[in-house]
Amino acid sequence: MSSEARAIDVSVGLFILLGLGSVIFLTSQTLGSNGLSGGESYTLHARFGHIGDLKVRAPVALAGVTIGRVSQITVDPRDYQATVELRIDTTFNQLPVDTFASIATTGLLGGKYIELDPGGDDEVLQDLDEIQFTQSAILLENLIGKFMLKGKAEPDE
Amino acid sequence: MNKSLQACWNSFGQFAGTFGGFQLFSLRLLPYLPKAILRPRLITEQIYSIGALSLVLTMFGGFFVGVVLALQSYSTLVEFGQVDSLGAFASEALVRELGPVVAALLFAGRAGGAVASEVGLMRATNQIAAMELMAVDPLQRIIVPRFIAGVISVPLLAAIFCTMGILGAYLVGVHQLGVDAGAFWSHIQDRVDLFEDVGSGLFKSFVFGVSASLMGVYEGYYAVPGASGVSRAATRTVVITSVWILLFDFVLTGMTMPGV
Repeated sequence: MSSEARAIDVSVGLFILLGLGSVIFLTSQTLGSNGLSGGESYTLHARFGHIGDLKVRAPVALAGVTIGRVSQITVDPRDYQATVELRIDTTFNQLPVDTFASIATTGLLGGKYIELDPGGDDEVLQDLDEIQFTQSAILLENLIGKFMLKGKAEPDE
Repeated sequence: MNKSLQACWNSFGQFAGTFGGFQLFSLRLLPYLPKAILRPRLITEQIYSIGALSLVLTMFGGFFVGVVLALQSYSTLVEFGQVDSLGAFASEALVRELGPVVAALLFAGRAGGAVASEVGLMRATNQIAAMELMAVDPLQRIIVPRFIAGVISVPLLAAIFCTMGILGAYLVGVHQLGVDAGAFWSHIQDRVDLFEDVGSGLFKSFVFGVSASLMGVYEGYYAVPGASGVSRAATRTVVITSVWILLFDFVLTGMTMPGV
């Protein structure tokens, strides 16, 4: 093989390695600590009266640490409640049945996420179980509305 | 009035003819693709001249697009106190849009025009006719290796473009503007999705690679023999490919954007 052909081979090899390296870089950067990255998970359900702007893929947090994701949001056509499906890492399969699920907000205007607050029951939640104790999203608009009405009402008293 | 209508009709016919010819040419290439694996050296040589030689331009472009993106978005994000998501913002824009599109535009300018003029010059100097006389199929020997090399190179170049862009944004964001390095990377990991963002970006650049390389070899193969014909083939390749990439990007983005 001539040295020129060899030089071409080497640079083509380097080029392709660099390209594949970049693909791997991009892939690995996106598969970091975002809760569920290929690991085993189990499913829980929770029903809320109002979910605010909770989105699919929103984090499910335990003590502020992401342990899962919201995988599906549907509305029950009979009792008009939102049913949220949570996929949670199997490492955290010891949640008591009286775990409390609330929709919280990151920061003042940040996105919504589900915060789990474990109770003290001895029984634990199994796959496909439903969380009994939930609290709907707090709507900022409603709070502001209440606050303003209260401010107006007070001078009359 | 009648005359201008006639001229309109004629140019439309010409457009339809070119478009149809392009489609037929693409179909004609299909049966050659599997056989091209028998001569891998032809493809390697083309990857060298099409892909590896475009590398420096692409890396340069990607780096500075990332740098400018970081500087630009910082001034907006700092008003909302959201500078931590600078990395996510820059990398999402790079991976979804800028990487595939700008890398393909650079490729069209750097390599597409070169392929068209090279093949066109072969046509003009009767090298293609000579091959046909020697019972060597010019489509197999010249066109298909260049096409395959382009299809392989463009997604790789786009990935390199994105990586350089993210590194550029990192350098400026973290070392110059003082964004926290941990927050920079963790926001990227949190926001950029493997399939929705990286996958759709690579899919886009694959489509752009196919169209850019097809256009280059088509224009070159059917170039009017002669100096002006070859230069026109090169120009048309760059112009048509760029318009096509930008138009098709809109369609692909509409198709792959989640929640639209």
